[in-house]
Amino acid sequence: MSAQAPIDYIQRTRDQYASLGYPPYQWVHAEEPPPFTPLAKPIADAKISLVASGGIYLKGQVAFHFKDDFSYREIDVDAPVSERRATHFAYDLTDARDDMNVVFPVDTLKRMVSAGKLGALARQAYTFMGGIYSTRKVESILAPAIADRLVTDEVDLALLVPA
Amino acid sequence: MGLIAKEIERRGIPTLCMSSALSITAAVNPPRAVYLDYPLGHTAGRRDNGSEQDAIMTATLEAFAQAEPGQISHLPFEWATDHSWKDSVMRPHKQSDQSSNEHADNRVERFDTPQYQSESDAQAVDGSCPTCIFLADTKAV
Repeated sequence: MSAQAPIDYIQRTRDQYASLGYPPYQWVHAEEPPPFTPLAKPIADAKISLVASGGIYLKGQVAFHFKDDFSYREIDVDAPVSERRATHFAYDLTDARDDMNVVFPVDTLKRMVSAGKLGALARQAYTFMGGIYSTRKVESILAPAIADRLVTDEVDLALLVPA
Repeated sequence: MGLIAKEIERRGIPTLCMSSALSITAAVNPPRAVYLDYPLGHTAGRRDNGSEQDAIMTATLEAFAQAEPGQISHLPFEWATDHSWKDSVMRPHKQSDQSSNEHADNRVERFDTPQYQSESDAQAVDGSCPTCIFLADTKAV
């Protein structure tokens, strides 16, 4: 494989687990076409919600833990920059802790609104841990809970940002 | 993340997933995605580089508007002209101890207690924390 090719994280995880003597991780693999909702209005007029899985929390909130944590945090997008925090086991946090926009592009989205490229950013963002081992917990507990919040918030679009 | 996106999409809200892990995103097959070929932890761009973050987000929003179902748009940005940063990512390392033939486990331990960015954060926690939502697992045995 050429160096320019995307990193195959599934294969590298398989290799790493095998080298450690662990059974292979069961990746989700979906063959069926995804659900699809067409955009109802131009993005320049749309209200977007930010959903991120990089372990982001605010000072004053309970931090995430690293063992199948399927809780989530409601993040006020106008909270002071100095109160943004990140914790995770699966990526290098150095840059995120310096500038949270690398995995939680809240200021970037605000600039999109200022530039007229986006209608509005929802006041509440939602964050969780990612790297959740249990597909069942994600599909049957966390995903419906997040979706409920977005429906209640009456947003037009959702931007999902893993770390 | 794709599993969350699909549930939101089923509820009538269009979604787009940003990603720097193409094989994982392709396997989950979310409704819309963009792929940025950057190291993990930089899904939305480089730190302290607002102009690049803006360019990435502008391209992301354009992809959001134009994507066909299941499409993963590759964003035209490069972390470095030299791709050697990819060589060491998640590669098993041999332990330096020559007497051992085992690979070192360099993964972070899966602690089951809150992992604060700093000790002072733990002291600052609002005990009731209404914005911390802990979901019940009704199927737990």
